[in-house]
Amino acid sequence: MDYTLLVPEIFVASLACLLLILGLIAPKGEKRGLVLFAIVGIIASIVVVAAHFNMFDGFLGRMYLVDSYASYFKVLFLVSVLLVCLTTTSYFKPLAGEGSEAYAIMLFATLGMMILVSAGELITLYVGMELMTISFYILTANLAGEDARSSEAGLKYLILGAVSSAVMLYGFTLLYGVTGTTLIHQIALHSDSSPAFWLGVVFALSGFGFKVAMVPFHMWAPEIYEGAPPPVTIFLAVASKAAGFAVFVRVFLTAFPYHADHWVPIIAFLAAITMILGNLAAIPQQNIKRMLAYSSIAQAGYLLVGLVAANQLGVKGILFYTMIYVFANVGAFAVTIVFNNVSESDDIADYSGLAQRSPLLAATLLICMLSMAGIPPLAGFAGKFYLFSAVIDQGFLWLAIIGLVMSMISVYYYLSVARVMYLGQVTDYSAIKVNGSMKLLLYGCMILSIILGVYPDALAQIANTAAKFMF
Amino acid sequence: MIITLNHYLLLAAMLFCIGLYAALAKKNAISILMGIELMLNACIINLVAFNRFMAPDMVVGHVFGIFVIALAAAEVAVGLALVLTVYRDLLSVNIDDFNWLKW
Repeated sequence: MDYTLLVPEIFVASLACLLLILGLIAPKGEKRGLVLFAIVGIIASIVVVAAHFNMFDGFLGRMYLVDSYASYFKVLFLVSVLLVCLTTTSYFKPLAGEGSEAYAIMLFATLGMMILVSAGELITLYVGMELMTISFYILTANLAGEDARSSEAGLKYLILGAVSSAVMLYGFTLLYGVTGTTLIHQIALHSDSSPAFWLGVVFALSGFGFKVAMVPFHMWAPEIYEGAPPPVTIFLAVASKAAGFAVFVRVFLTAFPYHADHWVPIIAFLAAITMILGNLAAIPQQNIKRMLAYSSIAQAGYLLVGLVAANQLGVKGILFYTMIYVFANVGAFAVTIVFNNVSESDDIADYSGLAQRSPLLAATLLICMLSMAGIPPLAGFAGKFYLFSAVIDQGFLWLAIIGLVMSMISVYYYLSVARVMYLGQVTDYSAIKVNGSMKLLLYGCMILSIILGVYPDALAQIANTAAKFMF
Repeated sequence: MIITLNHYLLLAAMLFCIGLYAALAKKNAISILMGIELMLNACIINLVAFNRFMAPDMVVGHVFGIFVIALAAAEVAVGLALVLTVYRDLLSVNIDDFNWLKW
């Protein structure tokens, strides 16, 4: 047993504990420095994970897997927590002032995701998932006492999340009962087609579907995204969804590969209604956060298309798309944070004339949204191209057509925001100030959304290497 | 009468359904949390029963059960804390009163 493989997890866990302690002993005015501390620590852990990228090893008879697939997602989680920490510098007043616990809890959530994506068996998987979601319940309610919507969103998320994870757990117990093992790769060998087994598969599907906000388990997403503190919303929309997909793909492709003929049509159907409902529900939204929430439901639909393909190309598409989805979504949500700080409004109508007030904010929002819509030179186009071409190879032409039509519909509601920003009447000429770290974040997200669209090859190669480990 | 695996599974399924019903139909947040606990307890009965009857030489099911007990405790601790904060903000634990956000 090689404990050096666990270094990234140990590192993140100790960083989180250290932040808790430092938050207690740091003098009142000095707590802003903790962000810097967290950021340096996160960058160090990204380096450590990247150094493990080409390794393939398992612990305790493959209970815990360290492979490129897991490392890819770990880098993704750490990058998103890094970006979220950058956004907190211009938003998280309760965090920077009173308690530094939120940074520690964010890192515990990240640790949960890292365990989740490395889990090779159901107990580890369940523990990782609970560590992630329980941390998110706390983060969602972080503004309690200042903003009643935050605590309300926290309790709603807890109730729905706990019910969905209990249903998923019931499914796991059935899978354990039928196969006599909790190891994911052993489940494939011992599986049969008894009703109990199928019940287990469906319950597991609903649990993962809740985490990725797949229709019909998507109802929580708009409320929680609106009520949670904005940096937490970003973290939830980006990292929690990616973690859900990571484990969804791993379990379905490793544990149920011999039943693919049966579950692939179900997921194809769910992917189709997720894309349709997510995009159509986004059109009438007046609040930009709710609009982005529905658009992120639609993105989950596109990602499910990759799982329908159930081959290396499809998984490569999922890996590529989740990474570019991080940059596009963080960029778009970060703009809403800055705008909300100034105008205390999330209404799309109030974005009128934003291009004059802050060209940087308007340009970032436009490019990130067009990337999500999949307009050619941007990263989203390359991602959708990989996903849809993979699924067409598998004979699901209809699904790709639905995806393309829905992408075109999504251009409509993204561009109507752009119309308001660029052509809307300017009522307020005051310029919007953006602080340094936020600027860095906005430029970073914008430039990466363009570069990964123009030169997708480098990231696609890495995604391909990681996807190979699933088969 | 000999108690077989099916009896345990039936008990667990009934408990799970009662818990799910409570979680979906109750209006009081505390009752909903109790319903969720029932669902998790049904899972534990399932795990232990499967361990006893399907693979008695391994203790995987028992270990899983212990983990579920620990995580259920963590979840309900956070849940009760959140109920308290919501009560402070809204002076109610009835979920019908939670209407700041469109449900």
